[in-house]
Amino acid sequence: MSSDVRFTDFKSDKQPTWCPGCGDFGTMNGMMKALAETGNDPDNTFVVAGIGCSGKIGTYMRSYALHGVHGRALPVGTGVKLARPDVEVMVAGGDGDGYSIGAGHFVHAVRRNVDMTYVVMDNRIYGLTKGQASPTSRSDFETSTTPEGPKQPPVNPHALALASGASFIAQSFSSDALRHQEIIQEAIEHDGFGFVNVYSPCVTFNDVDTYDYFRDSLVDLEETDHDRHDYDDAKEVILDADKEYQGVIYQDENSVPYAEQHGIGADMSDIPDGAPEDATDLVREFY
Amino acid sequence: MVADFNWAIGGEAGDGIDSTGKIFAQALSRSGRHVFTSKDFASRIRGGYTAYKVRTSVDRVQSVVDRLDVLIALTPRTIEENLPELHEDSVIIYDGERTTMQNAEIPEEMIGLDVPLKRLAEEAGGAIMRNVVALGAACEVTDFPIENLDSALEKRFKDKGQKLVENNQEAARAGQSYVAEEFDHEFDYELETTDNDYVLLNGDEAIGMGAIAAGCRFYSGYPITPATDVMEYLTGRIERYGGHVVQAEDELSAINMALGAARGGARSMTATSGPGIDLMTETFGLVATSETPLVICNVMRSGPSTGMPTKQEQGDLNGMLYGGHGEIPRFVLAPTTIDECFWKTVEAFNLAEKYQTPVYLTADLSLAVTEQTYEPDAFDMDAVEVDRGFLVDEETIGDHQTDAEQFKPHEITDDGISPRAFPGTSGGAHMSTGLEHDELGRRTEEQDMRVEQVDKRNRKVETAEEREDWNPREFGDPEADALVVSWGSNEGALIEALEILEADGIDVRVISVPYIFPRPDLTEDVQAAEETIVVECNATGQFADLVEHDVLERVERINKYTGVRFKADELARDIKETLEA
Ligand SMILES: Cc1ncc(C[n+]2csc(CCOP(=O)(O)OP(=O)(O)O)c2C)c(N)n1
Ligand code: SF4
Repeated sequence: MSSDVRFTDFKSDKQPTWCPGCGDFGTMNGMMKALAETGNDPDNTFVVAGIGCSGKIGTYMRSYALHGVHGRALPVGTGVKLARPDVEVMVAGGDGDGYSIGAGHFVHAVRRNVDMTYVVMDNRIYGLTKGQASPTSRSDFETSTTPEGPKQPPVNPHALALASGASFIAQSFSSDALRHQEIIQEAIEHDGFGFVNVYSPCVTFNDVDTYDYFRDSLVDLEETDHDRHDYDDAKEVILDADKEYQGVIYQDENSVPYAEQHGIGADMSDIPDGAPEDATDLVREFY
Repeated sequence: MVADFNWAIGGEAGDGIDSTGKIFAQALSRSGRHVFTSKDFASRIRGGYTAYKVRTSVDRVQSVVDRLDVLIALTPRTIEENLPELHEDSVIIYDGERTTMQNAEIPEEMIGLDVPLKRLAEEAGGAIMRNVVALGAACEVTDFPIENLDSALEKRFKDKGQKLVENNQEAARAGQSYVAEEFDHEFDYELETTDNDYVLLNGDEAIGMGAIAAGCRFYSGYPITPATDVMEYLTGRIERYGGHVVQAEDELSAINMALGAARGGARSMTATSGPGIDLMTETFGLVATSETPLVICNVMRSGPSTGMPTKQEQGDLNGMLYGGHGEIPRFVLAPTTIDECFWKTVEAFNLAEKYQTPVYLTADLSLAVTEQTYEPDAFDMDAVEVDRGFLVDEETIGDHQTDAEQFKPHEITDDGISPRAFPGTSGGAHMSTGLEHDELGRRTEEQDMRVEQVDKRNRKVETAEEREDWNPREFGDPEADALVVSWGSNEGALIEALEILEADGIDVRVISVPYIFPRPDLTEDVQAAEETIVVECNATGQFADLVEHDVLERVERINKYTGVRFKADELARDIKETLEA
């Protein structure tokens, strides 16, 4: 780790193929800045990405990275982090990736509380497959597969996280660059699973959940008397269907990350050239 | 055929059959006798017939036979189920006071010993020990020194306190003296002991032990019969070496976690059975294209779908060879014995890291859940070698970077193997992906690069095929006209079948193949034989198809897919019939 790391060191030389104006640009920039600001460098950082426009993020960043299969980024991140506690792990993906195909993993990653950061680029639509409803789409949102809207309530990811025992729940907006970066930074610094849902508008397929919409409706929790350590406060914010918030919604002051709970902390990449010295004891157990 | 003795305890699931059987098996192995166990179990926790069988001899035993000498029957059904294997001198120990046993019919020609198991157990301290009373009775019938049972009970219960150990030992003695005093009968059995020290373990345990010996540090899995023992073995042990086991939420998660840990640089493994393999298949392709070393253990059971989860089958071979979309280079190893479960696991890790590719390690249910005795030096830990393959560090990474100092994790090389850098290695930051990619790991759809990367990955298999020691195991008469080929757990039964056939004047050569892909070339062996028979536990002859494909010749097939493993005497009969047909 070096202190002179700049956020541009996290940029790969691949030009993003995201549509001009896509919210993912801002989301990524904030992530890179937050990583640099928290003292990380590309060689000690591992970014795991899902599948979707959002999942391409690993390609445009420079770090150790894996771009996996749809919905399974969280387990991959879990494996990396448990094997390598010394490595900073960041997992990123879309709302479809995280709350639809990967919803089961989301619940379990939250309750495991592995010390990593999970960034969901929530555009309330399937971008890469060209505009179908996503689990966070509004119930009346018309798409190619839901001509009259999904007619089901959207998933409330924060509620899901809170119910699953989350230790850190936050919300940011990709175009509010400074706040977005600050919030990601807090998630990285949190001891445990730092979950940030990022409003990251799709300018091509979603004409409802636009920059203007979020800009007009966002309430910053920093400017309210919200107490992030208060569970009931968090519940109230999360269940308030009429407002969009940004900021840290909930943080468990007593969060104990998975590795600590399970007493693991070894660098698992380091193994001897042969069987461990006391391996014959393993045989002896079968006498 | 070895002079052996066959014993069983049977009852309803929930009767403690498994642990009682295991205690007796352990007592025998501690007395220096060889043991081979098998289980009949139904897929339910309470109710349903279940039995634990032990075959024992002072010589090595490695299969089951159609014979039962002493049976502890806790239910009438136990007697019915085992009738075909019982014979004139069989002894049946039962508790006539047990309500369900009151109308049990003991076949007239056999020796029925009505022992009040429950009552004697209660007198010794608790009804729960009634199976141990039965074990004591069995010791008397077989003239087996009860001190060996004492020592097995000690091992089993010492964690729960000396009092419990003593109560159990007392219960065993109550059973022993009841038989001695109440039955005026000379039994024909005498289980002699030896000075040998054996270890008794099953295939799943051997796989877990192999994983630890090989330096596996991360295991993630989701419970499924018959693979769960691997996870249970590693839990609580892998931690001693700085490793960790995660019980994942499903198999999709399990394989992805294992993949993540492997990318972090840990030796990593997951184990499951058929349905779990299906769920893992999408990620299997990712493991291969991202060139991640990973050991995926498939403990086969009877399919398709949830099939017969507690029954034997070797039905997933095609799935492991061909499963997944697109074309995926892979290795498939299939140990044939319990000690080989250990060694092939060690080898699986080395192959995975050397070739940076997924390795299927497969055992069938019979191999996985049945126990067998081994000389402890069958697991010579000094012989374990760890080959981590083509790793680069800070100093050597420069040789594998572009002019712009970018690391090439998918460098095109002659042998198909690229350099590997663990996270934290400076100058090594790179991305891996399931998308087709260039040498840097970046997505491409450029035609030439696609072809180069596909060829590169496939070249690993070509490189591996040049290895000289993909040898099969050989038994019997190397000059025999009849050749029998098999894979997986059939080996033990085949070796014993050889002896039976030999006594009948039939010479057979047996080749048992632990490497499914790549695999040894059997062309010359098959051509030299007058007749080749492939033996396997599936209906369609998946391995036989491979042999035919390789050698361009028809082979005979013996297939068993009843859910029960081959028995030595049955196999001898089948081979004889096939040869005579
Ligand atoms: C198993 C599987 N099913 C379906 C797909 C196709 N697919 C690719 S991206 C995607 C949806 C992505 O939506 P979201 O996660 O919201 O990301 P966005 O593109 O909007 O950023 C789907 C369904 C796939 N790649 N894999
Ligand atoms: S389709 Fe939508 S989400 Fe995808 S790159 Fe374009 S704007 Fe972004």
